[in-house]
Amino acid sequence: MATHNLKHALFCAIVTVVIAYPILGLDLVAQGTQIGLEGATPTTIISIFLAAGIVFLFQLFRDNIMGNLGKLPKLNPLSGREPMPAEKRAKVEAWVLTAIIVLALFWPFVVSRGSVDLATLVLIYIMLALGLNVVVGLAGLLDLGYVAFYAVGAYTFALLYQYFGFTFWMALPVGALLAATFGMVLGFPVLRLRGDYLAIVTLGFGEIIRILLNNWTAVTGGPNGIGGIPDPTLFGMEFGRRVKGEGNTSFHETFGIAYSGEHKVIFLYLIALVLAVITALVIRRLMRMPVGRAWEALREDEIAARSLGLSRTAVKLSAFTIGAFFAGFAGTVFASKQGFISPESFVFLESAIILAIVVLGGMGSQIGVILAAIAVTILPELAREFSDFRMLVFGAAMVLMMVWRPQGLMPMRRIPISLKRQE
Amino acid sequence: MQDLLYFSQQLVNGLTIGSAYALIAIGYTMVYGIIGMINFAHGEIYMIGAYTALIAITGLATLGVAWLPVILLVALICAVIVSSSMGWAVERVAYRPVRGRHRLIPLISAIGMSIFLQNYVHLAQGSRNIGFPALIDGSFRFGAPESFQLSLSYMQITIFITTLICMTLLSLFISRSRIGRACRAVSQDLGMANLLGIDTNRIISATFVIGASLAAVAGLLLGMYYGSVDPLFGFIAGLKAFTAAVLGGIGSIPGAMLGGLILGVSESMTSGYLSGEYKDVVSFSLLILILLFKPTGLLGKPEVEKI
Repeated sequence: MATHNLKHALFCAIVTVVIAYPILGLDLVAQGTQIGLEGATPTTIISIFLAAGIVFLFQLFRDNIMGNLGKLPKLNPLSGREPMPAEKRAKVEAWVLTAIIVLALFWPFVVSRGSVDLATLVLIYIMLALGLNVVVGLAGLLDLGYVAFYAVGAYTFALLYQYFGFTFWMALPVGALLAATFGMVLGFPVLRLRGDYLAIVTLGFGEIIRILLNNWTAVTGGPNGIGGIPDPTLFGMEFGRRVKGEGNTSFHETFGIAYSGEHKVIFLYLIALVLAVITALVIRRLMRMPVGRAWEALREDEIAARSLGLSRTAVKLSAFTIGAFFAGFAGTVFASKQGFISPESFVFLESAIILAIVVLGGMGSQIGVILAAIAVTILPELAREFSDFRMLVFGAAMVLMMVWRPQGLMPMRRIPISLKRQE
Repeated sequence: MQDLLYFSQQLVNGLTIGSAYALIAIGYTMVYGIIGMINFAHGEIYMIGAYTALIAITGLATLGVAWLPVILLVALICAVIVSSSMGWAVERVAYRPVRGRHRLIPLISAIGMSIFLQNYVHLAQGSRNIGFPALIDGSFRFGAPESFQLSLSYMQITIFITTLICMTLLSLFISRSRIGRACRAVSQDLGMANLLGIDTNRIISATFVIGASLAAVAGLLLGMYYGSVDPLFGFIAGLKAFTAAVLGGIGSIPGAMLGGLILGVSESMTSGYLSGEYKDVVSFSLLILILLFKPTGLLGKPEVEKI
């Protein structure tokens, strides 16, 4: 056993060096038209060998380490606790949520403009993640092309404004409904497919949408995108310094206050907040309705659910359409916030980030997904010098979560009801 | 005559790309055939193969080695060793612990791995694309010099021949060797193979190593053919190769070869007769249509869902 372990550990250490050294230790640098090689810094080399050493020791004493880890006391002291009674829990939750929403309403008036802008982005991601949570978390359909519906929402607003002069409020429902229609049209044929095939088909669909947006220059402006998308208005009042739209007044003149760029940012934040709260509440409601139960039933056991008379296509299609609808919502807000959109914003990586949020937060759990959206958006901003490592950490986190905690950081909890045995 | 030459040119280009796709597709199809998961990080392994080959070529140039066969052989060996170690390690770290869980869990883990590897190379080697030296230059030309000429470059011939050799070796390996036989047994019934004394973990590792080695070969060949590499090099190629695997019937090795060739040809026909920008649209649409109407692909066996 010992020699076997030693051999295995040695092999693992060598593999570590082999996969790390050429890529990390030898840098390709352009020297004029030629390329040359440059050795990395000694620190890199040392850390590669250090990593190999750690792998060696870990593999050598793997059995001991894993054995001892199992004996450690459970980290979570709450795990053995009785869950709160459902009624009390619901009450506490309602209070906490109300408090958070009230806080979020007043918060932008005291912080800097940059933070409000970031918070708007967080809210957009929350909407997206909640929408994807319906598809992936509740219905168990892995959608890798979710960003396509986001793009449909954003481009709907941009194009309707460009060609027909639509305002934000007119475009918001149109964008969401159009995204939902796209979801339905795509969903209808593909939902018969098995899980992993579905993932690939949606990925292909997302790429097709992006390539079309990129190449259909006559309508979408191609890679240059569409600019000059207007901000939302408040009952016909604009937030710019000068009024652009016909028949509109400007916000600061109506109320006789000095013009400030912050008004617009805060207003956009409030719209995003309201929409995000609506998204969360609607989905929360849906989860408790028969259709929500059907999503989960189908996710858990398709055959059993179908034999109970649920229509597979209708249930899956409803999840897909509703997810797409909220992505369209988020897309419209995003277009208005940025004022400019291009296909660059709707690449596969964006889908992967939203998926990572859902996975990290705990598939199906709304609170978990919201917290994960906040963390995933804000952490890279806080650690700007490490922003290059953001995606690296994401990838690693997705793998580690799947290995150690596939249910996510805050898994969805269903309070179990058990039948009491008759004595 | 002109039209025929133009058509043959597209055909040659398509077959070249297609045979490289087939090499990558083998990795997808073998892994899927055995453990039923889509190895999403396979495209990245191919990209790492291309990078390693480029590093080896540059290193040899710095050392002053100029004899082409030596350069190619060393680059090939380096790429195969690094990629296959990578394939082995990825399976150990990201796939083995989640094997047998719900279908989506290995897939998400694979997507995470793919993002991780892309950014690993991005951080280590920069995000710019790096020029790959054209080691094999020159071409045969057919047709009158003043009109359209069909050109068949030596590079394209190299790609055909290498693919042919790899495929022959792989077929022999699968049909004759002990491990190959075990591979077939495991892909038919993993549990039963385990009971009969086959170390299935070892066979699954071997599958990843074989797939990664072929991807590394494709990385070297396509790197030279395209003339540059960048960290996103593997993503689209991986998707295309997956399409090829599905097209031919996932789990079937001859299917992957056939699928690669069909995909390559249809792509180059699109860029030759319609527009180069839409060739990706065509291949993804092809993927969607096949999954919708014939999910078992051209040569795949129909899958019976057991209850």
